[in-house]
Amino acid sequence: MQMLKTAKLALEDGTIYTGNSFGAEGEVDGEVCFNTSMTGYQEILTDPSYRGQIVTMTYTQIGNYGINAEDVESHKPHLAGFIVRENSRRVSNFRADGDLCEYLSRYHIVGLAGIDTRALVRRIRTQGAMKGVLSSLDLDDSSLVAKAQASPGLVGRDLVREVMPENATGWTEPLSRWARLSNEVAKNVPANAPHIVALDYGMKWNIARHLFDLGGRVTVLPGMATAEDVLAQKPDGVFLSNGPGDPEPLGYAIETIRGLLGKKPIFGICLGHQLLGLACGAKTYKLKFGHRGANQPVMNQLTGKVEITTQNHGFAVDPESLPKELEITHFNLNDNTVEGMRHAKAPAFSVQYHPEASAGPHDSDYLFGQFREMIG
Amino acid sequence: MPRRNDLKKILLIGSGPIIIGQACEFDYSGTQACKALREEGYEVVLVNSNPATIMTDPEMADRTYIEPLTWEIVAKVIERERPDAILPTLGGQTGLNLAMDLARHGVLAKYHVEMIGASAEAIDKAEARDHFKAAMEKIGLEVPKGQTVQSLPEARSVLQEIGLPCVVRPSFTLGGSGSSIAYNRDEFDDLVQHGLDLSPIHQVLLEESVIGWKEYEMEVMRDADDNVVIICSIENFDPMGVHTGDSITVAPAQTLTDKEYQRMRDASLAVIREIGVDTGGSNIQFAIDPKNGRMTVIEMNPRVSRSSALASKATGFPIAKIAAKLAVGYRLHELANDITRETKACFEPTIDYVVVKIPRFAFEKFPEADPKLTTQMKSVGETMAIGRTFKEAFQKALRGLEVGSFGFGCDGKDLWGTSEQPGIDEVRSKLAVPGDQRVWYLRYAMKYGMSIDEIYEITGIDPWFLDNLLEIVEMEDELRQIGGLHNVEDATLRRAKQFGFSDRQLAVLWNTTEIDVRRHRKAHGVIATFKSVDTCAAEFEAYTPYYYSTYEEEDETPPKRPGKRRIVILGGGPNRIGQGIEFDYCCCHASFALRELGIESIMVNSNPETVSTDYDTSDLLFFEPLTTEDVLNICDRVQPDGVIVQFGGQTPLNLARALSNAGVPIIGTSVDTIEDAEDREKFANFLRKLDLKQPANGIARTMAQARSEMNKIGFPVLVRPSFVLGGRAMEICYDAAQFERFVAAAFIVAQGQPVLIDRFLEDAIEVDVDAIGDGERVIVGGIMEHIEEAGVHSGDSACVLPPHSLPRAVIDEIHDSTCKMAALLNVRGLMNVQYAVKREDGRPVVYVLEVNPRASRTVPFVSKATGMPLAKAAAKVMAGVSLAEQGYASDPVPRSCSVKEAVFPFRKFVGVDVVLGPEMKSTGEVMGVSDNMPIAFAKSQLAAGTVLPSQGKIFISVADRAKGNIAELAKMLEEMGFTLIATKGTALTLEAAGVKVQSIKKLQEGHPNLLDLMIDGDLQLVINTPRGKGARTDEGRIRAAAVLHGIPCITTLQGADAAVHAMLALKSEEMTVEAVQDRFPEYGRKK
Repeated sequence: MQMLKTAKLALEDGTIYTGNSFGAEGEVDGEVCFNTSMTGYQEILTDPSYRGQIVTMTYTQIGNYGINAEDVESHKPHLAGFIVRENSRRVSNFRADGDLCEYLSRYHIVGLAGIDTRALVRRIRTQGAMKGVLSSLDLDDSSLVAKAQASPGLVGRDLVREVMPENATGWTEPLSRWARLSNEVAKNVPANAPHIVALDYGMKWNIARHLFDLGGRVTVLPGMATAEDVLAQKPDGVFLSNGPGDPEPLGYAIETIRGLLGKKPIFGICLGHQLLGLACGAKTYKLKFGHRGANQPVMNQLTGKVEITTQNHGFAVDPESLPKELEITHFNLNDNTVEGMRHAKAPAFSVQYHPEASAGPHDSDYLFGQFREMIG
Repeated sequence: MPRRNDLKKILLIGSGPIIIGQACEFDYSGTQACKALREEGYEVVLVNSNPATIMTDPEMADRTYIEPLTWEIVAKVIERERPDAILPTLGGQTGLNLAMDLARHGVLAKYHVEMIGASAEAIDKAEARDHFKAAMEKIGLEVPKGQTVQSLPEARSVLQEIGLPCVVRPSFTLGGSGSSIAYNRDEFDDLVQHGLDLSPIHQVLLEESVIGWKEYEMEVMRDADDNVVIICSIENFDPMGVHTGDSITVAPAQTLTDKEYQRMRDASLAVIREIGVDTGGSNIQFAIDPKNGRMTVIEMNPRVSRSSALASKATGFPIAKIAAKLAVGYRLHELANDITRETKACFEPTIDYVVVKIPRFAFEKFPEADPKLTTQMKSVGETMAIGRTFKEAFQKALRGLEVGSFGFGCDGKDLWGTSEQPGIDEVRSKLAVPGDQRVWYLRYAMKYGMSIDEIYEITGIDPWFLDNLLEIVEMEDELRQIGGLHNVEDATLRRAKQFGFSDRQLAVLWNTTEIDVRRHRKAHGVIATFKSVDTCAAEFEAYTPYYYSTYEEEDETPPKRPGKRRIVILGGGPNRIGQGIEFDYCCCHASFALRELGIESIMVNSNPETVSTDYDTSDLLFFEPLTTEDVLNICDRVQPDGVIVQFGGQTPLNLARALSNAGVPIIGTSVDTIEDAEDREKFANFLRKLDLKQPANGIARTMAQARSEMNKIGFPVLVRPSFVLGGRAMEICYDAAQFERFVAAAFIVAQGQPVLIDRFLEDAIEVDVDAIGDGERVIVGGIMEHIEEAGVHSGDSACVLPPHSLPRAVIDEIHDSTCKMAALLNVRGLMNVQYAVKREDGRPVVYVLEVNPRASRTVPFVSKATGMPLAKAAAKVMAGVSLAEQGYASDPVPRSCSVKEAVFPFRKFVGVDVVLGPEMKSTGEVMGVSDNMPIAFAKSQLAAGTVLPSQGKIFISVADRAKGNIAELAKMLEEMGFTLIATKGTALTLEAAGVKVQSIKKLQEGHPNLLDLMIDGDLQLVINTPRGKGARTDEGRIRAAAVLHGIPCITTLQGADAAVHAMLALKSEEMTVEAVQDRFPEYGRKK
């Protein structure tokens, strides 16, 4: 048995968790959060929305099915650190082409295994999201706590700039063969297809795949793009993506959306939803510890149906602050937070959760169809 | 749509006796359903034939019928009660089939009873193979290639398309009854024929084999608004080919990526929608080709199932309760999640631990049965364990199995390193054939250095699971190298505990004692912590105190509340023959009693099927193996004021001494008394003191001793190992040859404990008594007269309460003896006594066979027969409330005649002889009640699945030793118009008595013989008392064939006597039904 190297997590409240280092060695700070999904660690690792966060998986056995080339949500992991109860020594899946530990090392992600993750989750649940430092280098408790307290955290930071693409690109990758029971994969786009412009604030690729599967031509623009940049593309619809962190500092994005609202059909997901809210004059606030997982029940007020959704957000739109043009269409059954809204006059709607799933259930993919209908 | 107000009264059907494939899980689901519906203000009518269930307690439903589960009988209940609806999806396959029968026979239409939960059409679509297949193809899902056939020639032609190996599944059977895999043409012909016979509609499905594929199950719930959620995914450790009930299973799924998992989820949603289960839970099984991920749907159960009980216990989500509420109109999001309170039942549970279920088998009881595991279920019980990792849960489950192992080997039980260590070839062959011992051979294979890939090649068990086992084996090597307890670093010790190693294993590895390991680890802070099962991985606060142990930093058990007493009840662990639902019933009652007294009740058990492990049965629930270590860990945490060991069967009793030595306060009858009653010499002295008789007996530690005792006692003798339950290896010996053989066998089973030798009382009537003592007073709850003679295990014998043939004086003597013994033993709680009454010199003599100062298997039956909740009263006594304080001044007086009949698993073990003996073989029981014995007996037979014929042919063959009154019975049958058939000896006896009989050829004399008659369906009853035992004898083959063809087979003269009188009574009297609440209007009400 190889010697295990120690690593530690220190929280800003002074709590220390000592376990084993896995993946890359190093030291990172970030907001410590947890995800309750039992599958999909590779999708979570590569989700740009986790920028600036140290993610703890509540499920205890991670790495079982390894890593493969298909199940990625961006070109590399973005989170700051990754914490598991146990990392699997053996990989077992016919699609696997690597293991988690090696994958984290390759992308310099600092990992921690072997701690009482449930104790950590309970602490976050009761105390709220906390800043923390994860280190395999500095093992001095008081030094680590001081670093955690001094770390910047998420509030007021523009993390989007760190994950958005530099240039506009066309998107041509369909949803994987696993997305449908029939195993069918979408074909090439017809010549007269509508044009969808996706504003990328750290977009999960499965969104782009869904947009492509709508039978549209998809152009991805960096989240910094102005309304003029977008309109210059002559889009039939504009998509606002997910992304990391606090929406409030993203004045440029809010500006852009204001410039598009009413001009083009708009669909926003997660950060895109929050930005749409801000653009319309609503306010956002930070949740105590956020929603991160693949089992969040959401009620669609228009149909009365419940969807089991994938979520990943630490901020939410404040229902008290909604201008009268914004109507709540979805809410969370667990805590009644706003999960979806639509604009009364402009063709625009958004959801706080992730209809593209990945990782998570497919209950909400109808929303892409709804967007397609709105485009006409 | 909220609660349906158009419904007032709802009929629930239970699942009947415990059988292989249908166990306590349906008491659990039915009980939850009763509670859930009554909570909503509906009147609940319940029918179930099994008296050992909590659901048939009079306080569970408004109207409870303990009656045979046939559509004709249930029709009578419907006629009386006029329910508005029937909920068919909570009573297992039995409940579902019965509801379908009621629909098919027009009963539901006639009385305007609506089927809620699932319609008859949906049930048919899920259950009829070709309908199901068509439905799956319609939604684009693959199913294994297959076709249903009605005959062998048809089957042969279909085989050309499907190819071998081929799965043969009979339609509409239970627990996959009769399903098996044919590897060659000969096997194929046999299996098809057998399958056609087993299927109630004479139909089998032939299917492409997906043996070796990965097997998964999804537990799905749907509400009336078409909201669908997945409660739990389960991955089978054993790949396809082994029935899921016989597989080691793991929750959640371990080796699926999210993409693959979500695709299976999509498929599950599509299936439940297409089949059209309106509301409630369903279970869907999938097979996945490990090479390419190709997914096929195997089957769907449109009802709650064994797996849904497991899923409920694994996640904390009460599937049956929610299913019941959905059936009356609620939508998922209108129901609260009981565990978190704030959130709704509409979500998908997520867990932060691993759950492992391991089945328990009873092949030792059926040495002639084929122990190969196939698609037909053969296990009799299961244990579940929860750990933070698979390794921990797996080792916990192995020790929870209670087969003498304390983890994955190195526990003093496994064969590695002993003279019996299997060779590598044997290991290879044991790996290749799935069997109940295969798990141990995985370890031996690893010990031999076989690679994971090689083991995977042979077994098809996923490499992920195998590598985890290898990690355990490697840890064992690391620990062994450390050499001793005092060399081990704390961190290593902690890691060993996190890998699930028990103190016992560590003690074996380090050549020390379990208690020393415990002391050392506690001194070094390596202490068990308890985490809660909360449905949500700690995202929300949990209010339900449901815990499992692990070795982590944080403990979540609540502190003791000031002024509140805490009492721990130790449960019975996995079901096995001899210890099952009856003991779980007692444990539940103990918990109810304590809660009524305002005492905090704490349940410890490892059986996921049971009511006792429902999260709202007790104030705190610990889902843990029942070993000394695990129980002590709990006691260290909860600091109980008392621990109850006498309700859970042999399991907790076996722990009593060690717990008591460790300072745990055992309440009730003292551990000394319990042990004294088992101590031969002390017991003999005790009886002498009271001037009570006991059959001549002796005790032997060696063969020589056994021979000398036998010489003193004289034949026939009863031989058995001490300290075992269910009459394991108990045999009657009539001569020296038998004696030598059986004593040797008993020594092996006894494992170092002595072997007991008793004079066997031939032709004696056995009597069972259950009583409660509180130190001052003794209440005799019930005196039961066995129908079968002494020598048939009391658990296998039918019995009647009150006694139907014993003279008053004998009953009084038994009563007085019971009271005297209870007083002298200072019994605090329950006591069971077995007597034998033998006619000697013209007058009956009462012998005491056995005294057990603890709950017995008959406690629930007695409670249902007399209206006195014995277990509850006993638990209150143990908690310090006297019988007088509880208002019990005198013995309960039964107002009807109640017959308990045993139910056997012989149909699952093809070719096994069905003769009854001192070793218990039954898995369950039913109860028949009437105002007279013959009808009560008839009901018990019907409930047990034995349809006593009203006309046709009866075969009689009686051993010379016991011709008894057979002529008289034969005459009665002749007068009733039956044709009697007999072999030569019996025919002569009957003809001499003036009875007309047809002779028939012995099997070796050619055709037509009895087997031909059976095959042609031309025989209605077999009465055959054995001369010898064994499937190889002629009579053994006849009995086995009778079972195979569903022909009732009576193997004792007493049984025949009762049956013939019942048949006669049925000529002039109809079976009627009566609600328990009418029989005992005051039952269960607080005095």
